Amino acid sequence: MIDISESVMQFLLALIVAGPLVGAAAALLPAPPGLKGKSPDQAVLRHGIVVTGAVLLAAIVLVLGFDHSRPARMQATTNLHWIPALDIRIHLGVDGISLPLLVLTALLTFLCALYSYFKMPAGPSPKAFVALLLVLESGTLATFAVLDLILFFLAFEMVLIPMYFLIARWGGAQRTRAAWKFILYTLLGSVVMLLGLLLIGLKSGTFDMVALATDNGRGLTTSVQVTAVLAIAAGLAVKTPMWPLHSWLPDAHTAAPTVGSVLLAGVLLKMGTYGFVRIALPIAPEGMHTFAPYLAAFAVVGIVYGSLACLSLARKGNNGDLKRLIAYSSVGHMGFVLLGIASMTPTGVNGALFANIAHGLITGLLFFLVGALKDRYGTADLDTLAGATGAALYGSAPRFGALLAFGAVASLGLPGLAGFWGEMLTMFGAFDPAEGLSRPAFLTFMAVAGFGTLLTAAYLLIVVRRVCMGQRRANAGPVADVQGYEFAAWTPLVALTVLAGLWPAVLLGLTDPAVQKLLAGGKS
Amino acid sequence: MTVAAEAVTVAVTGATGPARTAAESVVQSIDWLAILPPVVVAAVALLVLVADLFVRESRKHLLGLASVAGLVVALLALIPLRKGDRTTFCLVDDATACSYTADHFALAVQALVLGGALLTALLSITAAKDDTRIPAGEYWFLLLSSAAGAALLPASRDLATLVVALEVASLPAFALVGLRRGDKRSSEAALKFFLSSVTATAVMLLGVSFVYATTGTMHLTEIATRLDDVPAQLDTLAQAGVALTLVGFAFKTAAAPFHFWVPDTYVGAPLPVAAYLSVVGKAVGFSGLILVTVVAFPSYADVWGPALAVLAALTMTVGNVAALRQSATRARGAIRLLAWSSVGQAGYLLVPIAAAAYTSDTQIGSTVAYALMYAVVNLGAFAVAAVVARTRPLHRLADYRGLYATNPLAALALGFFLLCLAGLPPGIIGLFAKVAVFSAAVDAGLGWLAVVMAVNVVIALFYYLQWTALLFRTPDGAPASQESAAGTPAPAEGGGAPRRPALPVPVPLALAIVLTFAAGIVLSGVPQLILRFATGNLFQ
Repeated sequence: MIDISESVMQFLLALIVAGPLVGAAAALLPAPPGLKGKSPDQAVLRHGIVVTGAVLLAAIVLVLGFDHSRPARMQATTNLHWIPALDIRIHLGVDGISLPLLVLTALLTFLCALYSYFKMPAGPSPKAFVALLLVLESGTLATFAVLDLILFFLAFEMVLIPMYFLIARWGGAQRTRAAWKFILYTLLGSVVMLLGLLLIGLKSGTFDMVALATDNGRGLTTSVQVTAVLAIAAGLAVKTPMWPLHSWLPDAHTAAPTVGSVLLAGVLLKMGTYGFVRIALPIAPEGMHTFAPYLAAFAVVGIVYGSLACLSLARKGNNGDLKRLIAYSSVGHMGFVLLGIASMTPTGVNGALFANIAHGLITGLLFFLVGALKDRYGTADLDTLAGATGAALYGSAPRFGALLAFGAVASLGLPGLAGFWGEMLTMFGAFDPAEGLSRPAFLTFMAVAGFGTLLTAAYLLIVVRRVCMGQRRANAGPVADVQGYEFAAWTPLVALTVLAGLWPAVLLGLTDPAVQKLLAGGKS
Repeated sequence: MTVAAEAVTVAVTGATGPARTAAESVVQSIDWLAILPPVVVAAVALLVLVADLFVRESRKHLLGLASVAGLVVALLALIPLRKGDRTTFCLVDDATACSYTADHFALAVQALVLGGALLTALLSITAAKDDTRIPAGEYWFLLLSSAAGAALLPASRDLATLVVALEVASLPAFALVGLRRGDKRSSEAALKFFLSSVTATAVMLLGVSFVYATTGTMHLTEIATRLDDVPAQLDTLAQAGVALTLVGFAFKTAAAPFHFWVPDTYVGAPLPVAAYLSVVGKAVGFSGLILVTVVAFPSYADVWGPALAVLAALTMTVGNVAALRQSATRARGAIRLLAWSSVGQAGYLLVPIAAAAYTSDTQIGSTVAYALMYAVVNLGAFAVAAVVARTRPLHRLADYRGLYATNPLAALALGFFLLCLAGLPPGIIGLFAKVAVFSAAVDAGLGWLAVVMAVNVVIALFYYLQWTALLFRTPDGAPASQESAAGTPAPAEGGGAPRRPALPVPVPLALAIVLTFAAGIVLSGVPQLILRFATGNLFQ
């Protein structure tokens, strides 16, 4: 949109990736004189806002400087030697696929930092909290910005330690177990993924993702591709998470502090699906082709399973935890993303990328809301909250209730909001899958996914009814409505959900050319 | 000395003309500069032993400083050799068959061994001062002798020198383990170590004699060419020789099932000696194993390749599973865990050697790179363990709980070292060393071994991470409410519980931690520094 020289763009991207790391190191040092603030805690939390804000600003400038007429081309690229011995290069760049994810990450982390400034989760020193948050941001941003397989793996692993500590130190009940489960599941997956990445790198002679994508799997035999995709998909599927490898997710979300849940659902899960789109699809298409039907089958099972789990949690008398419920709903939503990817068509993959962003915005918002609800009532247990008739949030805190209802209907895919387009496009993709994939099978998957949307609508409406409606209890104390800082942290998410819902072209225009190129390889 | 050595070299090269005298044709020429690193260490060892007789008790600490200085000089002596093209003790009638070669492999391992010995010496200065049961003079002599042998081994290129170097490195180590006077556990550890090691040597010597019987030569390169066409009736003998030699080295590297001596020996030995054994002792075994397999027995790759692959899988699994089972409250649990984890790491080190049997590419560089990484971070971990042991001598894992509150820098360093061993960012160098090993396995088509290793990496992550997490917990005895309350648990406002004051960290220990930590950080930023060994042929 505006003309920024390539070297400035390079610097911006490098800043976005490395800035939070430097900020994390700085957070551990004592505040310099003049910036001490009211207390050390306040100073470090403010530091967190400043750094994430600067990164967000850099990301926005990057969007402005991005050449929107050619989103399929890698832009702001840096390509340096790092470890010649292993042929690993520091290769950074953004295109239409990674740019929205980059901005989403920067935005969500900034909102989390802002939210924590006013509502620091209970636990030890905020110093470590801010440092970990920044390392987490750096790792996630790096995942979306690097174009070298091994570097991708490094970034993928980098988020584990900070997330582990965020859950284990600042989380709620059962946090130690949940944190262990999170890290062990992901590690087992990612080590297997490393083997797949190495196999690709060693057999094709390069780890460069751009070169490999242009090659489109021509340098790899089918058996290598199948093995590699099996290994890589295993790692990514744990992260995404794909049913039946999802069982770490509900525990992690239930135990994590609010900002941990927001980032986990909003950003970390996207690393898995992004890996599918960026690595599995273009680099080993034949291998992906082999596994696409299975992936789609698991995906739709995930959709239905997630919805059924949510329905059961939402029912009266089941002591369903709201955070857990939203975590299961994530399993369902990520199922749609996987279905779109498995269709291997431009429509499906575009839908998957759209659903990715939409899920980041909406589920991020929902976790913020549920976290705030838990802070207000001291519990996220649906039965305790709702009592006999319902929590009556509309009556006691009307704005809060309205936001929750908004989040719920956005999540169930109401047309006009962000959730709709992703689900619709992925199902379109499944309706007419790529050449060579069994059409009847994918039609079945589409039908099952469609049934899943009905279930999704059912449980979300039940949640709205039980939390927002009902009789106000006489003895219940006043419940604070949306506070100023909450308003500040949530409004961007609401606005973007509406924007993406009403004007999907703003995202699809970015992703579509890049996806077309990715699927066609070097041919177009 | 340097000038003299140069003169000798010049004289020798001048003497290769046709006008050689009879005496010159028998006496091998010696390139003193090439053999300087081990010679310096050996000389300082003797010097310290003699000086011990004349130095007053109050001045004994000077012996330690002299040893450290000797090791630094030996390390510096590696610099002029860095081109890696020097050989000496060559056969007079065949200049390619040399007993001592300072090639890149030898130099890398010598740097590892001497650096490891230097860090051990830094740890030992404090230990020798604190523990009156350790006789200073003998201790330094034995440590330096062992280091001299260890430095000689990677450069030796004939079986006799190899065995001698191995024994020079091992024999003082037995004594070091048992040196603590009147300590029963120490003596038991030494005995166990001695018996297993002597058995290994006996087996190895038998193997070496078989190999000599079939080939008629001691030089590794000569053996390699002559093993190519062994007469059919001697083939069984040659195979047995190869197998027995390998078994000997498997003992030395503590590969499963020859690993049982490791935990007891490490626990019984003084802490610096355990550190020394885990790094230098391993490096010795591995460089010997690499030399005999890759240099001497390449034609029997079909024998030792699968055997080493199986050993590698077995070793890493046994080590990691046992490390996983260490309980937090058992006395000496931390050392035991480090001991078992070193067995597990030995398994990873074996992988590239096994892979070398399957490809024509040289894979063993990955072992060297991994060993260098492992040496730095493992010694660092032992250094922090030494610091912690000053206030809590039981070496329980539980003693590390809340270390961050009392000694934040040591806790951060240990956390970093453990994550390097686990191979998880921010321990980037550990990750890339593992990547190098993985790629060696995948490259050689040993997919199953790579998968076994992947599972092991996750098992290992569990206990390393558990330990790391322990460092940042709220310290023992602090009220539980403090953990949930926001705010810095500053050491000054130490809850209500009596917290032991953090003793000031002695300078040598601090230096050791800072050196290893800095090395780890630098290597994480520039992994190429050691990973360059992973490519290209080191034997040139």
